[in-house]
Amino acid sequence: MKFSFSSEQEEFRSNLRRFLADRSPTKEVRRLMETEAGWERDAWRKLNAELGLTAVRIPEAYGGQGFGFGELGIVLEEMGRALLCAPFFSTAVLATGAILNAGTEAEKQALLPGIAAGDTVAWVEDPAHWDAAATALTATPSGQGKKNGRYKLDGFKSYVLDGHTADLIVVLARAPGSTGADGLSFFTVPGNAPGLSRHALQTMDATRKLARLDFKGVEATLLGQAGAAAGPFESTMTEAAICLANETVGVAERLREDALAYAKMRVQFGRSIASFQSMKHKQADMLIDVELAKSAAYYAAAALDDGDDDVAAIASLAKAASSEAGLQTAIHAIQIHGGIGFTWDNDTHLWFKRAKSSEVLLGDAHRHRELMMQRWAA
Amino acid sequence: MSEFTEDSVRAEVRAWLEANWSSELGLVEWRNKLADSGWGVPTWPQQWYGRDLPQALQPVVDEEFSRIGAIGVAKAGIRTLAAATILAHGTDLHKEKFLRRILTGEDTWCQLFSEPGSGSDVAGAVTRAEMRGNKWVVNGQKVWTTSAHHAHWGLLLARTDWDKTKHKGLSYFIIDMHQPGVKVQPLKQMNGHASFNQVFITDAEVQPEFLVANVGDGWAVTTTTLMHERRGADGLRTWAMGSDRKGRAYDEERAEIATTMEPYKWYPQRAGRVDLILQRARETGHLADPVVRQEIAKLLILSKTGEWTARRARAAQALGRPQGPEGSLGKLVSSHVARAAARVHTQLSGADALLSGPASTLGGTIAEILVSVPATSIAGGTDEIQRNIISERVLKMPKEPSVDTDKPYRDVPRNTVG
Repeated sequence: MKFSFSSEQEEFRSNLRRFLADRSPTKEVRRLMETEAGWERDAWRKLNAELGLTAVRIPEAYGGQGFGFGELGIVLEEMGRALLCAPFFSTAVLATGAILNAGTEAEKQALLPGIAAGDTVAWVEDPAHWDAAATALTATPSGQGKKNGRYKLDGFKSYVLDGHTADLIVVLARAPGSTGADGLSFFTVPGNAPGLSRHALQTMDATRKLARLDFKGVEATLLGQAGAAAGPFESTMTEAAICLANETVGVAERLREDALAYAKMRVQFGRSIASFQSMKHKQADMLIDVELAKSAAYYAAAALDDGDDDVAAIASLAKAASSEAGLQTAIHAIQIHGGIGFTWDNDTHLWFKRAKSSEVLLGDAHRHRELMMQRWAA
Repeated sequence: MSEFTEDSVRAEVRAWLEANWSSELGLVEWRNKLADSGWGVPTWPQQWYGRDLPQALQPVVDEEFSRIGAIGVAKAGIRTLAAATILAHGTDLHKEKFLRRILTGEDTWCQLFSEPGSGSDVAGAVTRAEMRGNKWVVNGQKVWTTSAHHAHWGLLLARTDWDKTKHKGLSYFIIDMHQPGVKVQPLKQMNGHASFNQVFITDAEVQPEFLVANVGDGWAVTTTTLMHERRGADGLRTWAMGSDRKGRAYDEERAEIATTMEPYKWYPQRAGRVDLILQRARETGHLADPVVRQEIAKLLILSKTGEWTARRARAAQALGRPQGPEGSLGKLVSSHVARAAARVHTQLSGADALLSGPASTLGGTIAEILVSVPATSIAGGTDEIQRNIISERVLKMPKEPSVDTDKPYRDVPRNTVG
């Protein structure tokens, strides 16, 4: 259903919300964001064992729960609301998507059960670019590589989500001399492979860790068909845009609710500031921004589950709508808090920064509006 | 009401329609059959032309009507608001006298709430009703009255007690529009149309039995009417479509729609005509302009997400879930869409936006969009009032301190416009 959730989905959401509120209070968010890794394996494994979150959209045949993007969207929205510090987007959205979209049956059997169990963390292509054609990392067949699927990778990737802590790395690279969408293949590389150096980047949003990875003759295993990764990459990015839109509406709703609660509590000029029409109208506008973005995010997740032919345009629509709504809500939320909202100790900036980083990740609103227009008004 | 099932209702209405519907019946004759059978308004009480059918089964009845092509009861215009108000607050005499002729379409109604001095602040009405002898005598001026020029009856809000506070001094009446004390004048709008009227009321008379509820209850009754107006706003905004089939009943329905919908003929333009945007961008060669493309994309996203939000609200309603915030946003979103659409239409038209009339772009449609859109954020509750409603009712934010509700209304500062 594109316009309502089932009772089971609503129940799943409310359980998850309670659980994450308990496990990811702001104190915990602040503690983890100060670490270089940004998350802790034991806590993450425990959370996954209890709720099976990385398994949500992995088919049952590969050890998953076999749910769709409707459910995955709920997970992401709730994680955005709680600002959970965990390698979920990199693992359960990007890497899982690439393996499902590109991998052979044997590769799915080999890789997905580990992810479903919460043990394996992985990432995919530089998510700042969105565009497979821009890939520069080269993959050269090594020795008798064409027979056994071994390659050597040279070059670098940046803005890689959880790249410095991933156990397994899913990476897009191109055959030497190839251009555009040709010659692109997915590869897997262990996080500790010789020749791979990984550096955490200092990020504006400390709850979302990024890394630069330099490859010098790194041994890699082909994932899927050689030279045929462009299509699976595009599908994975479509899924990722929709998942990020769902996460962002969770971020935006949290910002909106916190700002509303603060306005109701704060007294100036002898009355609650929530009684001033300027505040009320701002809050009404924020509600519209958030609800419209939610409609886009939910519709897009359902479009993926329904196999809608138009899903790529809808994904871009949802990404653009959520980017704008997330940031606008964050700006209003800081403003409503006034001076206290600009302090480090107030929590608003944590969600503001997530909204800001999600605005840019996977391409900003301008880029996605253009992509949408290319599909709807070619 | 557990005796109703989808299958039983479908079988029953289908059998009744097959036995009774004919396109050669007169429209009023047919609708009298609908009133007698209860199938015209099946969710109404059995005692008053309905069948006490649960709301959830109404679509089943609608499907059967459309399957056989049967015409329904008269639905367009203010008459549905009159019916809802009378059902909620009217006496048996009101129901007896008015409901059937509302359903048959024989009577047309209008709503006499707004005044020159009270627009957003409807409860500030100063039209006065005084008991003289055994009749109410009404004096004052009303405005924005759709269909007043052909209405038989009006829903009138008037002040009956100036010593009571603002909301307590109001009463609600049903007034006969065809009497010498009621003068109706068309009100010309900035887009050249005259969809509304001004109504001048001078010593007009109302029978005592046409008071609705009690003296002093006028605001509570008005709230009921306005609630139904808001709920039905989406329906009113969509263009009523007559059938193009042949037959006496269809002919009469087409004539009825033409009359009822005449004031609304510019409403599609008022909403911004997003449907024309891509075609216009192609025709004008603007589709290659990256700046225009961004503006078009913003508009399409706003329009689509607004539509999906409305569908979320309807889906929740159909599932019988409590209405979430998404149900209160439609009016304000449609203002945003209309404004954005007018901006893009202007961008696409360039210098052609300087012209108007039949010789201008699309026979004047584009010009009409540009000068009709300002109505969207005013009519039926301004954007500012919508934001107040959303913040107070949905977000539970406190009202602004009030300065006009705790003293006799005669002491409250008012507009001097007569």
